[in-house]
Amino acid sequence: MYPRPIPENARLQRALYVGGVSLVVLLWLLPLLAVMLTSIRSNEELMAGNYWGWPQKFSMVENYTAVFEQTAMLRFFLNSLLITIPSVVGVLALSTLTGFVLSRYPFRGSNLIFALFVGGNFLPAQIMMIPVRDLMVRLGLYDTVYALIIFHIAFQTGFATLFMRNFIAALPGELFQAARAEGASPFQILRHVVVPLVRPALAALAILTFTFVWNDYFWAIVLTQSDAVKPVTAGLNNLRGEWTSAWNIVSAATIFVALPPVVMFFLMQKHFVAGLTMGAVKG
Amino acid sequence: MSRFWRRNRHWLTPVLFLLPGLILFGSVILAASVETIWISLHAWDGIGQKTWVGLANYLELADDPQFYVSLKNNVIWLLIFMLAPPVGLALALIVNQQIRGMRILKSLFFIPLVLATVTVGVVFGWVYDPNFGLLQLFFGVFGSTAPALLSDENFVTFAVAAAGLWPQIAFCMVLFLAGLNNLNDDLIAAGRVDGARGWRMLRHVVLPQLSQVGFIAIAVTVIGALRSFDMVAVMTNGGPYGSSTVLAYQMYEESIFSYRFGYGAAIATVLFVIMIAFIAWYLHGLVKAERSNA
Repeated sequence: MYPRPIPENARLQRALYVGGVSLVVLLWLLPLLAVMLTSIRSNEELMAGNYWGWPQKFSMVENYTAVFEQTAMLRFFLNSLLITIPSVVGVLALSTLTGFVLSRYPFRGSNLIFALFVGGNFLPAQIMMIPVRDLMVRLGLYDTVYALIIFHIAFQTGFATLFMRNFIAALPGELFQAARAEGASPFQILRHVVVPLVRPALAALAILTFTFVWNDYFWAIVLTQSDAVKPVTAGLNNLRGEWTSAWNIVSAATIFVALPPVVMFFLMQKHFVAGLTMGAVKG
Repeated sequence: MSRFWRRNRHWLTPVLFLLPGLILFGSVILAASVETIWISLHAWDGIGQKTWVGLANYLELADDPQFYVSLKNNVIWLLIFMLAPPVGLALALIVNQQIRGMRILKSLFFIPLVLATVTVGVVFGWVYDPNFGLLQLFFGVFGSTAPALLSDENFVTFAVAAAGLWPQIAFCMVLFLAGLNNLNDDLIAAGRVDGARGWRMLRHVVLPQLSQVGFIAIAVTVIGALRSFDMVAVMTNGGPYGSSTVLAYQMYEESIFSYRFGYGAAIATVLFVIMIAFIAWYLHGLVKAERSNA
């Protein structure tokens, strides 16, 4: 291990080390903590200039209630769910299929197809913005959740294919040979060999895709317009424009937007980190 | 039909499996990217007829002062973002200890990575606020006033890119932690026997083993800097007076706000060409790494 581990019997040193790192974490998260603190402050206190002192009165309930009742955040939140969940399901389904084929059925050009998926994944969103927007307008899907769902599934399939292909390629080849020797069809191999074995990869991919799609802002503003379909990211930015002086409300809304991915991350941290590093490190 | 199916399913099924993903990705992502290049050769308001103008959009771009502002700002983003790999590595080294409580601290470091860029933008808009922001708190301690970074043409891009650095550092940190977990213990032990410690150990024994992860961290960071959009859109809208635009933002603005889709497409194409160079370099590196592994 590097750096050299602090020995287990050096209790004091260990405690001091953790203390020191905690301090760094505190500094690291200070911007977020400041927003959290503001989100429980009352408007009067902000007006009076108490930005940093200990709140005299905790208005957490009032502020968060205001976010739900006086703003459209709840609607945006539901929209985000309506967009994100189908996108994740779609990406998992498509990439399991493409990853399976590209790892286990080599054919002429399969490497090229794989390279297209990988390369396309790095394209800047702007390069496809105009045609994708135009396509959605022509399909009559502009300003509906379907425009975002279709786009996100298509785009995330690039990364997800890379991910699933590498995972399935790393599974023991004997399993596939044995299944084929028994006369299993590709569909049976998919159902009885691949699907049971790729569950951990699917979990990692699900949390990653969820985070990517939930956090998207660019496509939200390119493909939607009305409050009835807007996801939370676009909604938050609008809110900030409308509630300029009510920083406590904007802060509460910010925390509300940040919560789902953070909670998901803590629930599935191992999968998230494994997924991110596998996607990047194994390339 | 069923006889045909039984005879050919060994190759037909894989093709059918591959098609949905391939068609969707190909028609929405790849075809759209190519179509943009085509659109960039036209004048188009997004609704009516496209008019062929050849390279006129590119010629106009070459004379557009705003384009050079965007280009310069992208370079600033790139330079500032280059801090992410070393800082990420430093943080990874700090938390790479097996002590009770370290795991939770490690995950707290990752939080900026899972936040939406909009959230990061709003949070840092608050940090930079000259009246009550975190920055003012620090300057106030020294009895001075914080500069209004986001309304100062000279500082605005640095301030926005620095905010974008926050999640990027966390990303690099995750990558380097994975790299540190895969270190070869024998080499480290051998280094220790030879008396290598601290910096020398890092430089001569650890870093060479992290070269692959480091390469990926740099590549991911370069791409992140080049496609920066959200932070600019959320924090400054490209202002003041267009001084903080980047290529991605200028492209969006020309298309959506000025209805100059052909011109926007030309900007996107330029960004694309710059990006392609990096992607080619990245894939080349990956292929090389894969060969040396095999």
